[in-house]
Amino acid sequence: MSDPIIKIEGMNKWFGDFQVLKDIDLEVEKNKKIVVCGPSGSGKSTLIRCINRLEEHQKGTITVDGTELTENTKNIEAIRAEVGMVFQQFNLFPHLSILDNCTLAPIWVKKMPKKEAEELAMKQLEQVQIADQAQKFPGQLSGGQQQRCAIARALCMEPKIMLFDEPTSALDPEMIKEVLDAMVNLAKAGMTMIVVTHEMGFAKEVADEVIFMDEGMIVEKAETKEFFANPKSDRTKLFLSQIL
Amino acid sequence: MNKLNFLRPNIENLNTYLYSGIFLISIAILDVTLNSFFNTNITSFLPNFISFLLPLIIGTVGLHIIRIEFSGIKNLDLLNKNINTNTFNAVLTLLIIFAVIKSIPPFLSWFIIDATISGDTKEACTGTGACWTYIKIWLNRFIYGMYPNELQWRINLSFIALIALAFVGLIPSEKFKKFLTLYYVVIYPIIAFVLIYYLISGGAFGLEWVETGAWGGLSLTFIVSFFCLIFCFPVGMFLALGRRSELPTVRYISVGFIEFWRGVPLITVLFMSSVMFPMFLPEDFFMDKLVRVIIAISLFEAAYVAEVIRGGLQALPRGQYDAAKSLGMGYWKMHIFVILPQALKLVIPGIANTFLALVKDTPLIFVVGLLEIVGMLNLAKTNPKWLGYAMEGYVFAAIIFWIICYAMSKYSYNLEIKYKTDR
Repeated sequence: MSDPIIKIEGMNKWFGDFQVLKDIDLEVEKNKKIVVCGPSGSGKSTLIRCINRLEEHQKGTITVDGTELTENTKNIEAIRAEVGMVFQQFNLFPHLSILDNCTLAPIWVKKMPKKEAEELAMKQLEQVQIADQAQKFPGQLSGGQQQRCAIARALCMEPKIMLFDEPTSALDPEMIKEVLDAMVNLAKAGMTMIVVTHEMGFAKEVADEVIFMDEGMIVEKAETKEFFANPKSDRTKLFLSQIL
Repeated sequence: MNKLNFLRPNIENLNTYLYSGIFLISIAILDVTLNSFFNTNITSFLPNFISFLLPLIIGTVGLHIIRIEFSGIKNLDLLNKNINTNTFNAVLTLLIIFAVIKSIPPFLSWFIIDATISGDTKEACTGTGACWTYIKIWLNRFIYGMYPNELQWRINLSFIALIALAFVGLIPSEKFKKFLTLYYVVIYPIIAFVLIYYLISGGAFGLEWVETGAWGGLSLTFIVSFFCLIFCFPVGMFLALGRRSELPTVRYISVGFIEFWRGVPLITVLFMSSVMFPMFLPEDFFMDKLVRVIIAISLFEAAYVAEVIRGGLQALPRGQYDAAKSLGMGYWKMHIFVILPQALKLVIPGIANTFLALVKDTPLIFVVGLLEIVGMLNLAKTNPKWLGYAMEGYVFAAIIFWIICYAMSKYSYNLEIKYKTDR
């Protein structure tokens, strides 16, 4: 077994007095696809936001690609540069064109020459099939197109890990598929992915492991087939019966 | 009952109602107009009271007659919908029209008809209207202050140069565009300072030195406003960022600074800058009065600008910060490329508001003995040869300030439209 690329040990997090994450232990190996599911308020989003330190954890350790996440700003920025993230609300930069959205970080964070960054961006936009929209602004695109652009933007940093925070929850039903297709392609290309989602079809298709969370704890962690065929805890069974 | 039908306008006899209504309204307006412009009263044969109210009554009846719903005539429907919905609105409409007609003649006669502009002395002003001669004679002082006449080309030259240099941004060149922001934020103010320091102030290159006490009038208004606008914006921006900083020291200093400057009146700030500030400085250290005033106003307005910009920063959704951070951007990169461009766009109206207030606050520098345009007016109106023309002076100043401020507000509207993006 190779060294895990993400290693979380005994991680706890509080918002004020409220404990959102309790004793999380998790290891993710390179090229694995993990789907995190669970009822709302169970701490799924907070967990993956901790992985690139958009949220601070108070206890325990998180190690990403050999670097531990601490107060050290330089480390945090270095880790964020190799961990891509896609948000529920897309969070594209509305004042920049689609192309500029994609080239901004490579140019200014990775110091890539502008021309090279643009070529890379066009390649990534091609991958998610919105290369023809490159000169438009985010406000002119549909939700599905915006989310695909957000995926391309994250990929332009050539990350080692991709985090998805409910990428399809804010989309109209007919646009969910185009975004999921883009994610499936990415999974097939061998990216390490952690996906918070309610799309169980997607989980069955691409996930290596499924994690079920409730009340800030990892209730169940199993291989995908095992998880759906034979869930162990009652809480998981109840959740699956409601969602499937 | 049949007789009353006449009072209930309907669409079948549209033209009859329309023409008779318009006829009555015209008579009402004609009566008031004649009365106001030519002082004749065509209804003088009637008792005083009725004669006074007659136009209102006739007009109201006229408006009642043309109040036809859905007549199909676009302008009539528009009129009925907006200013003639019921009798009360009709009366209000007429009263406003009459008030405007009544106020035009005195206004016109003071401004133009009875006004004087010829001659060189107060004696030329014999009419009952405005004495524009006063403005004409003093115009040079209102614009240049006490700046020596033969040296005024220096002010003209530097202002023309500055205006010309401001249009550099219109040069369409891709290569140059990258440096435009740098140019306007750093290089342009430096050029302006150098121009004003060497050309207007003089003292080098064989130019005679003119002390800042002699500067004044409209040119001083421009100089003070220009530098204050340029300085207060970046200072305010840093204060706004500082107030939201995660470092407690930076945050408390920013909050303290902002609350201090917002809490004191500008006039006391100016007074202190000229009277108290020098007491704390070493004996041989000298800072010009004008420089101190510009710094004082800039810091004062920066506190307001900071609060306006903070509003914009808080209006941005948290997702923008998250997205920028998740791409590995640090604090400054995130703010320069993602946060500030959006936040500043949102607060253009608020900034324009603050800047307009700043321009209109400049007359307060009279407390330290600097006389910009209003200060010069005050000086001129107390001149024994020209006593009693304060009104003309203030009207003139009001017009000048209005032109400046209206131009600024138009410009800010243009900026708003130019940088508008949909979310």
